[in-house]
Amino acid sequence: MDAILKTEHLNLWYGDNHALKDVSLEMPGHQVTALIGPSGCGKSTFLKTLDRMNDLIPGVRIEGQVLYRGRNIFDPQVDVTWLRRHVGMVFQKPNPFPMSIYDNIAYGPRTHGVRGKKELDQIVEKSLRGAAIWDEVKDRLKKSALSLSGGQQQRICIARALAVEPDVLLMDEATSALDPISTSKIEDLIADLKKSYTIVIVTHNMQQATRVSDRCAFFLHGELVEAGETEQIFSVPRDKRTEDYITGRFG
Amino acid sequence: MQEENVMAELPHAPGQGEQSGDRPSALARFKARFGLRTTREVVEFLVHALFFLCGFVAVACVLFISVYLVVSGVPAIAQIGVADFLFGATWNGSQGQFGILPFVLTSLAGTAGAILIGVPIGVLTALFLAKVAPARVAAVIRSAVSLLAGIPSVVYGLVGMMVLVPAIQRAFGLASGACLLAAIVVLAIMILPSIINVAETALRAVPKEYEEASLALGATHIETIFRVSLPAARSGVATAVVLGVGRAIGEAMAIIMVSGNVSNLPGSLFTSVRFLTTAIASEMNYAPVGSLWRDALFSIGLVLFLFIMLINVILNVFIKNRKGD
Repeated sequence: MDAILKTEHLNLWYGDNHALKDVSLEMPGHQVTALIGPSGCGKSTFLKTLDRMNDLIPGVRIEGQVLYRGRNIFDPQVDVTWLRRHVGMVFQKPNPFPMSIYDNIAYGPRTHGVRGKKELDQIVEKSLRGAAIWDEVKDRLKKSALSLSGGQQQRICIARALAVEPDVLLMDEATSALDPISTSKIEDLIADLKKSYTIVIVTHNMQQATRVSDRCAFFLHGELVEAGETEQIFSVPRDKRTEDYITGRFG
Repeated sequence: MQEENVMAELPHAPGQGEQSGDRPSALARFKARFGLRTTREVVEFLVHALFFLCGFVAVACVLFISVYLVVSGVPAIAQIGVADFLFGATWNGSQGQFGILPFVLTSLAGTAGAILIGVPIGVLTALFLAKVAPARVAAVIRSAVSLLAGIPSVVYGLVGMMVLVPAIQRAFGLASGACLLAAIVVLAIMILPSIINVAETALRAVPKEYEEASLALGATHIETIFRVSLPAARSGVATAVVLGVGRAIGEAMAIIMVSGNVSNLPGSLFTSVRFLTTAIASEMNYAPVGSLWRDALFSIGLVLFLFIMLINVILNVFIKNRKGD
């Protein structure tokens, strides 16, 4: 069981705020790792660090290492666009571009130099199928992506992320803005996607974590309290704080 | 019930104002007329009326100007003939030749040239201010831009005449540097502030989520700006272009001083030319009152007015269509 993504003694500060404290975590390939914990515990910050989206925030300082397939992503030799191409992200709020469905999916490949119409057509279809939304939109690829429902938009965003053929998919509370039916569709999709991708999700929904994840990591106040098999975490947590959280005593 | 109340008040009024004999007082009659019961209601009513009148001033002005231009512009066109007026290549007021094609083409060429230069510079500046520049640099540039907007157009003309015209003359070895090119450059600079302001506002309004999504797909900052932010702000940018066109086609003072002011067809960038606006401004004082010449100048005003209306309509339709997709 090789870890595709791995952090070693990761520390992160927003100005004076020590948001991640010495976090070491392994995220194995073809598995779903769920990051859980109460609001403000650092799980989203941790996720965003994995594809360096935190670089955009002024005043961020990072120490320690994040290894993607053995390479430290903060190494000056590493091109951040290369990293983000291989480590894709789906955001909390569905954020399709204000363009047609087709152009949304084709955006990534075009950015990385794919120009051929046939090739793009194939990528678009494959990605939309991969995100289980092809049948719903195949007749209106030229329509604006903003005309779709929230759940459909989120699957468009997943398809858009798949279109650049990433290795890892990060999902930041990707279902928290959706209705239960859309949520269950996306959960099914996650189960399907892990055959081909390594997935890391942030969720505040304990049931979701048990349903979709293989491994869980519990964060509290910027610390990684406990990580392990999801079953083990939810049945026999080693740490008292984990137990308190998953049984709903706080959070 | 209400009517009864009003009626009930009426008999009281004469009693209050005994000096006015048996007739109800003016206030009471006013109240009765508009169904108002208390003095507070009267005040409310009057203030509402005042607001309405203020709002109506703008509407009335537009209506008045439109009607006035049509009434004073149409007879001369009818007398000259629509085709001869619009497509006649020679304008010579004192000789009775009234073809405005040179002015029309010059105004179109001048506006197009100004847009061609001004829009790219303006939009890139807006992108820089909204998406790239550090806050302090942006603040300095922004205040420079608003200063640019505040400079009176006659000053643009003056600087153009003293600096730009001689420079063009020297650079291209011309007999005179006062030409279409000089006017285009001055117009391009003059329309910059409105383009920059409107485009920057539109670019700032682009949701950050779009840009994050693009970056997360491995696009660079610059790719993101041009392929996501700018397209997302396109209706705002189109509005900026409308404003630029409107300002450029309507400007007179600055370009009268640098364009040579001769009614030539705009054969090249170095031709001395006269615009629709500058034709009116420079001849109004010479055309005798009541002459066809003078009436024809009003007709030019009408053509200019129609141009601006047309451009606004076209671009508005264009913006709506883009929004709909």
